Amino acid sequence: MKKYVCGVCGYTYDPAKGDSESDAPAGTAFEDLPDDWVCPVCGASKDEFEPED
Amino acid sequence: MKPVEVKQDIYWVGAIDWDIRDFHGYSTKKGTTYNSYLVVDDKVTLFDTVKHGFAGELLHRVHGVIDPAKIDYLVLNHMEMDHTGSILEVVEAIKPEKIFVSTMGFKSLQAHFPTDDWPIQKVKSGDQVSLGSRSVSFVETRMLHWPDNMFSYIPEDKLLISSDAFGHHWATSERFDDEVDASELMSHCAKYYANILMLYAPHLRKLFAALGEMNLDIDTIAPDHGVIWRSDPGKILAAYERWCNQHFSQKALVVYDTMWHSTEMMAKAVANGIMEQGVSVKLMNLAVNHRSDVVQELLEARALVLGSPTLNNGILPRMGDFLTYAKGLKPSNKIGAAFGSYGWSGEAVKILTGALQEMKVEIVDDGIRHQFVPDHDALRACRELGVKVGQAVKASA
Repeated sequence: MKKYVCGVCGYTYDPAKGDSESDAPAGTAFEDLPDDWVCPVCGASKDEFEPED
Repeated sequence: MKPVEVKQDIYWVGAIDWDIRDFHGYSTKKGTTYNSYLVVDDKVTLFDTVKHGFAGELLHRVHGVIDPAKIDYLVLNHMEMDHTGSILEVVEAIKPEKIFVSTMGFKSLQAHFPTDDWPIQKVKSGDQVSLGSRSVSFVETRMLHWPDNMFSYIPEDKLLISSDAFGHHWATSERFDDEVDASELMSHCAKYYANILMLYAPHLRKLFAALGEMNLDIDTIAPDHGVIWRSDPGKILAAYERWCNQHFSQKALVVYDTMWHSTEMMAKAVANGIMEQGVSVKLMNLAVNHRSDVVQELLEARALVLGSPTLNNGILPRMGDFLTYAKGLKPSNKIGAAFGSYGWSGEAVKILTGALQEMKVEIVDDGIRHQFVPDHDALRACRELGVKVGQAVKASA
């Protein structure tokens, strides 16, 4: 599963860790996050994220 | 050091910093203010504090209204040190019953100060707190311009305390928009937006959409820097909408640095070509223009043309400084090109063009590099580059 980087603040979503703030458990692929999920650091929406190089 | 009444029982109690000239790389030629607002109600509430060194001024002004120890609530809309640098002294003096911060603000605050014993209450968008005869609603404004930012809205007074948004750096004895020169005020606001908020244009567009849905009744906007918008808050809202939607003027910006005047000659020829097309142009020599003034001009420009000679296989250092700064501010939807004189290797134009491409600037020409001093033909080519840029600006209107 790929990591994704926020184009606004630089936060990296790591599917191995998930996002505890939005109850996305470890192992949640970026693609499986809900559409209204936002960056836990800056609030950017999913479409602001790019796959990590 | 008297407080200034903004509305009945609401006072400006901030501090004026007449001396600051450099705000982490943004030139503040006329100083700034750190605004705090005091609301006297059943729960006496202080909104935001001031930079380190200004706590005395803040508390003195509070004293002009009420004993600071009588303050019940402290609201922190933003954790950057120009608004929290005095917080240890302020918290000690007022011993608040509660401190309201956003979720992200809580994280920031903890990472700055020893907050373990502080009575912090986290709030999120839509939360309301009653102060007695009035209430405060919070609107999180993440990344405008830090993750922690929020607005505090007092519907009974139609007052929006907007943190850094809609502010500007300008130290004045006047506190309101109708008391200062209108065009100078808008110039300071444009500079502030360009240097602090330009990169968050997509966030601002979303914020405007959200504010539209909330349909807040606002007749006064009180930012944390500069004067308060009581006469014409619509003016700054309209300016922000224009800026964040990137409605550009028919204007081009030629930014350059020069060693022995060759690149300067080329810059002037490029500017002449742009002018011939009836397009407004501003020529900015980085030796005499501060980076933060250049990005202010960049805000409304449609075209960005860069010039630098080649020095040691690279570009001149002031151009490197400008590019680092401008890239971070993410200007978008621009067109551009590059030019420069060189002695033997001549890498500068390629480096500048690459930097423009990194900023997603649409390149209208491969650029012009000329060995040593430009002659008549070289200057004609530069003029023609200007004509091409001018035509592209007009075509994009």
